Amino acid sequence: MSNAHTAVHGDHHPVDPSIPVEYHEEENSLRIAGFWVFLGSDLVLFSCLFATYVVMHGRVAGGPTSQQLFDVTGFTIETIALLFSSFTCGLATYEMRRGNRNAMVTWLFITVALGLVFLGFEIDEFVHNVSIGATMQRSGFLSAFFTLVGTHGCHVTMGTLWMLSVIIQLIRYGITPITARKAFIVSIYWHFLDAVWIFIFTVVYLTGKVV
Amino acid sequence: METKEHKFHQETGFPWKHVIGLLLSLVLTAIAFWLALATHQPPAVVITIIVVLGFGQLLVQLYMFMHFTESDDRAWQVPTIYFALFIAFTVVGGSIWIMSFRSIVS
Repeated sequence: MSNAHTAVHGDHHPVDPSIPVEYHEEENSLRIAGFWVFLGSDLVLFSCLFATYVVMHGRVAGGPTSQQLFDVTGFTIETIALLFSSFTCGLATYEMRRGNRNAMVTWLFITVALGLVFLGFEIDEFVHNVSIGATMQRSGFLSAFFTLVGTHGCHVTMGTLWMLSVIIQLIRYGITPITARKAFIVSIYWHFLDAVWIFIFTVVYLTGKVV
Repeated sequence: METKEHKFHQETGFPWKHVIGLLLSLVLTAIAFWLALATHQPPAVVITIIVVLGFGQLLVQLYMFMHFTESDDRAWQVPTIYFALFIAFTVVGGSIWIMSFRSIVS
């Protein structure tokens, strides 16, 4: 085990060129597998928030309804920003496997920038809602809305900070099995957040405009 | 010693997989937006279709972007994620079912 460990560390060339760099140590494979288990549990967490929201959607207690509250332009821009950020994040992994550190870091920076665009519009929406009295404590609908969308926004905020820290490590240490594993894990986290957002714009925003 | 099976997508040439994934997600999003905002079908029909489109988008993310089936041994993440989806479906679908029963009673 320790021999294999040092052999991988000391050798800058791939042991087996068919295996991507982020899988070059057994511990990396285990960490990636473990992160998929976390994504499974996060998916279940979001499903509970979605279930609460669906039940609470009509409980407006005389306050604003989803049809009055949701701004089509805002959530359309948020959706486009996050869809494109998922694409650029995928290209970062693609360049990582080709060994192009600079191209990879560029795509990751673009991903973070698009994430910040998303967050800017979401924060603006929340501030606007609160300014017209649509606060979290106004109704069951708004409690469920802010909890679900806010939890996703919190994930995206953490994701941008996490991705920035991985970018700093990539600039300092280059693409090694360790930095590659960290970049791969943050990238599947980012794609997962885009998938969750797809269900938020479907179940919350579009459905909220239909009924 | 048994040889491990390797299932990795080789990143050579133009990233077609990613471009196709992006185009698919944009098309599915556009259809969902159009159905919900520009047509006047019954709400139940619209919501059912856009939720199905959402699951299509989830599959695009998993298979086109997330390297879902890749592993250096066995792709344990595939049964893990499908099990999590089963739990999610039970929680959300069960809640809708139970609450619709309540509204019928009252």
